[in-house]
Amino acid sequence: MSILGTRVIRTEDPRLLTAGGVYVDDLREPELDGAVRATFVRSTVAHAKITSIDTSEAESQPGVVAVLTAKDMTDVPPPPPVDEDAPPAPGPVPLAGKWQEPVLAIDTVRYVGEPVAIVLTDSTYQGEDAAELVAVDYDILPAVPSIEAALKDESLLFPAAGTNTAITGGGDVSDDSIFDGCDVVVEGDVINQRVAALPMEGRATAAAWNDGKLTVWISTQNAQISRLILTALGLAPEQIRVVAPDVGGGFGAKIGTDRDTVAVAWAAKHTGRPVRWVESRYENLVGMTQGRAQLHHVKIGGTRDGKVKAYRLEVIQDSGGYSRMGFFLPMLTNLMAPAVYDFPNVQANYKVVVTNGTPIAAYRGAGRPEATATVERALDWFAAEAGMDPAEVRRINFIKKEQFPFMTKTGAHYDTGDYETAMDQVLEAAGYAELRAEQKARRERGDVKQLGLGLASYVEITAPDPDAGETGRVDVHEDGTATVYTGSSAHGQGHHTAFAMLVTELLGIPMDKVEVIHGDTDLIPEGIGTYGSRSLQLGGSAVHNASLEVKDQAAKLAASLFEASEADVVLDTATGKWQIAGDPDKSLGWGQIAASAEGKTLTANVNFTADKSTFPFGTQLSVVEVDTETGKVTLLRHVTADDAGPVVNPILIDGQRHGGIAQGAAQALCEEVLYDADGNPLTSTLADYAAITAAELPSFELLRSETPTDRNPLGVKGIGEAGTIGATPAVQNAVIDAVAHLGVRHIDMPTTPERVWTAINDAQKGSGK
Amino acid sequence: MIPPAFTYKRATSVDEALSLAAEIGEDAKYLAGGHSLLPLMKLRFATPEALIDIARITELSYITDKGDHVAVGALTRHHDVAGSELLKNEIPLLAHTAGEIGDPQIRHRGTIGGSVAHGDSASDLPASLLVLEATFVIRGPQGTRSVPAAEFFKGIFETALEPGELLTEIQVPKPASPNAWSFQKFTKRAIDWAMVGVAVQDQKVALINMGPVPLRAAAVESALASGASAADAAARAAEGASASSDIHASAAYREHLARVLTARALTEAASRG
Repeated sequence: MSILGTRVIRTEDPRLLTAGGVYVDDLREPELDGAVRATFVRSTVAHAKITSIDTSEAESQPGVVAVLTAKDMTDVPPPPPVDEDAPPAPGPVPLAGKWQEPVLAIDTVRYVGEPVAIVLTDSTYQGEDAAELVAVDYDILPAVPSIEAALKDESLLFPAAGTNTAITGGGDVSDDSIFDGCDVVVEGDVINQRVAALPMEGRATAAAWNDGKLTVWISTQNAQISRLILTALGLAPEQIRVVAPDVGGGFGAKIGTDRDTVAVAWAAKHTGRPVRWVESRYENLVGMTQGRAQLHHVKIGGTRDGKVKAYRLEVIQDSGGYSRMGFFLPMLTNLMAPAVYDFPNVQANYKVVVTNGTPIAAYRGAGRPEATATVERALDWFAAEAGMDPAEVRRINFIKKEQFPFMTKTGAHYDTGDYETAMDQVLEAAGYAELRAEQKARRERGDVKQLGLGLASYVEITAPDPDAGETGRVDVHEDGTATVYTGSSAHGQGHHTAFAMLVTELLGIPMDKVEVIHGDTDLIPEGIGTYGSRSLQLGGSAVHNASLEVKDQAAKLAASLFEASEADVVLDTATGKWQIAGDPDKSLGWGQIAASAEGKTLTANVNFTADKSTFPFGTQLSVVEVDTETGKVTLLRHVTADDAGPVVNPILIDGQRHGGIAQGAAQALCEEVLYDADGNPLTSTLADYAAITAAELPSFELLRSETPTDRNPLGVKGIGEAGTIGATPAVQNAVIDAVAHLGVRHIDMPTTPERVWTAINDAQKGSGK
Repeated sequence: MIPPAFTYKRATSVDEALSLAAEIGEDAKYLAGGHSLLPLMKLRFATPEALIDIARITELSYITDKGDHVAVGALTRHHDVAGSELLKNEIPLLAHTAGEIGDPQIRHRGTIGGSVAHGDSASDLPASLLVLEATFVIRGPQGTRSVPAAEFFKGIFETALEPGELLTEIQVPKPASPNAWSFQKFTKRAIDWAMVGVAVQDQKVALINMGPVPLRAAAVESALASGASAADAAARAAEGASASSDIHASAAYREHLARVLTARALTEAASRG
């Protein structure tokens, strides 16, 4: 019997849940003996020229080892010059040249929380006291707190660039003829608000410089990429070791590492003292990259029978103070604009503006949730205008099962899918017809509490960089155990369980004899790490292929030991024993075979690359109750059918779906990062930033199907972000549906009680949009 | 998120707490459950030079039947108030309110006296203690005095407590109709402070977070006294209030919520009583 697809309990959990993980703050490595604490002096203003920094008073405080600013960074090579007219580098790397982001602020600050100086002290407590005494004089510049303000180009973040618009891209959206012949045309603005990534463990770094080698422990999703980033300190990759210890969540905001970590690593090298930095929740809420922050204008047109003929999406991305991944995200939004629909005409473009906010980067879904959110709103608008049920409009416009593989008008090459079946599964399990009847009855009675149903069908792109690949090495030792070295990086997903299952499946070595190692560039110099729901399909496929290679090596050795033909030796994966076919009396264990191998170890090291990305899909239905007197929304049910191909472990996939749905619902209902007109953050504590809790969520009803892809040997697609991508519009659509009969057409996220109440009021006054 | 340095003293009796406070002077603050004061200190909004930890003064943790009233020691935890059979029977509004505060962790740390002494108009307990017409017993260098709830809350985080004084007991009269109560707390999330809240007991109404101090809805009460319907009386809930606008709600929305929640509270109290 195959172990794949069975509910294997996570092998990570006994340690994480009882003894506790070892996070950066917990490390007691000898290299970190006597480590000093780093405390950042962060900008308290959104946009200003720095006129002076006086560190003298802070330096005289007890326990202060050093107070460092950009002026001290003379031992760091300047960034390479960039040709003025050079196009931006491809891929998710920060913009350079005129848009360059320094490690510590040089003469300008562009968001509250930007690192200005770094204080090293013997203890944490001394650090915050001393940091308060670093006197930074600011000459305040007009703040650019929003996309609207950025577009005016009155106050420029980068005067040398002459504009706040860092990038424009996508296709032409000026040709209106695509809407010719459409008798139903709807358009409007959709805001995808700025949200915080908010992992339980914030950013953290420890660094030690010894004998010409820099060792950096980082709470990161990507040890190898972090190492590459740290070469900015003028070191060769082999002079740097990056270790990712246990990592308490990332959600995209720990892809690679950011300037704060570079500063900490530099401080260790510069002073020769080991340094440790663990951010506070305030720093996390102003300093860690945030997500979403897109403004869309959308137009959809079609015929009264529900067929959409034309779709146009214009995206403006707020990248925050620096354009890190800011320009990569709307490219993905454009790519996924038409989502699950076979729209004959699609136009999409984007621009990226800088604002005086915390920089924006990847956040669970990273550009794809925004595409889905808007198309699913637009579909509901279109359905309402055409007088049809939202489910029927979706059905009519779905890409059909037999159309796969399918090339979208925006250039996404979908592998496999069955969108209609996923939706039907959800409609049936939820009792959609009965729910609509209940909604009708409540409307007719004029109940205070109205029912809303929200549908969202989604497809997303996972492993968006398939050619970057992932590494996997499998060693089998003479004691019969196996070790997996993966370039992929675990921070909650369950890599250790899943990857061990892959080895057990092919080699028959029991899971408790398979160790999985990740996140150490000395052990695993090559690798990419975790983002874009890529781990199982790329990293898992690498482990799978490496296991197959090891099995081939073992077959040869077994044949030689048995003095038999290779064709006659077989592995019994139930027992992990090698045998000669037809002769059950003789057998060899993995240990015996490994002992006969060179170096007494069987080993295979694979870098698995795929030609194309994969496209998981599904439908989510959210059922909410809205108190029409107060605007309060209660999430009653959330039913989803997700299809990410064959499931290795249902516990892991359900865990991803639970977390994803919760974060999606959170964006729809309550989370939003806010700034005042001067660019001051208003949501810098967890009392003000409304992260969702279990009390706001029902038990999720999870259905699934398994449509394999042909783009990797496991047939799998990613599931890490699907929950978020589908849940956000499903919940938002449900809220609006609950009050649609009162004349409400749209409510921006988060659908807070006051927003819902205001929308009802406006609609009743006849001024509804 | 780290407070500046402060001196820490632990008192094991009321007398010891008072003498420590007298010794240190005006820069001292009492520390009970710590769930209101410590967050302000971590943000450096509050910077007391000394904390006198009173959390282990066990003599101040009790719930005692005194015939016409129930005496609650100031250091009784919310969890114990919420679970008290005596209170659930005699003053269910108080037990219920304590069970609505924050989350289980907070209810196991926070104390009734700490919540009252903090003087936050967004807190739950003060509104219920206002409609229950509780009396606060205060000990200080000058001896013991009693202050009615109606005279206790003076301004934003400002109460009748003088420096060095310690709130020791809350005396809560048993209501005429114990079941004629309602507590309506409106939040975005379960763990939030009330955006607006309403406490009702025997036709008395108090509002949470509708001004700098927790307050009685006088206009509603006088309308009820002159025979107005619950709906008509509730329409006057925002009169005399001075709600503020912040990122959680506008003043106009808070006023609307006060009216809706008051109507619901009056209806529920009437149906129970």
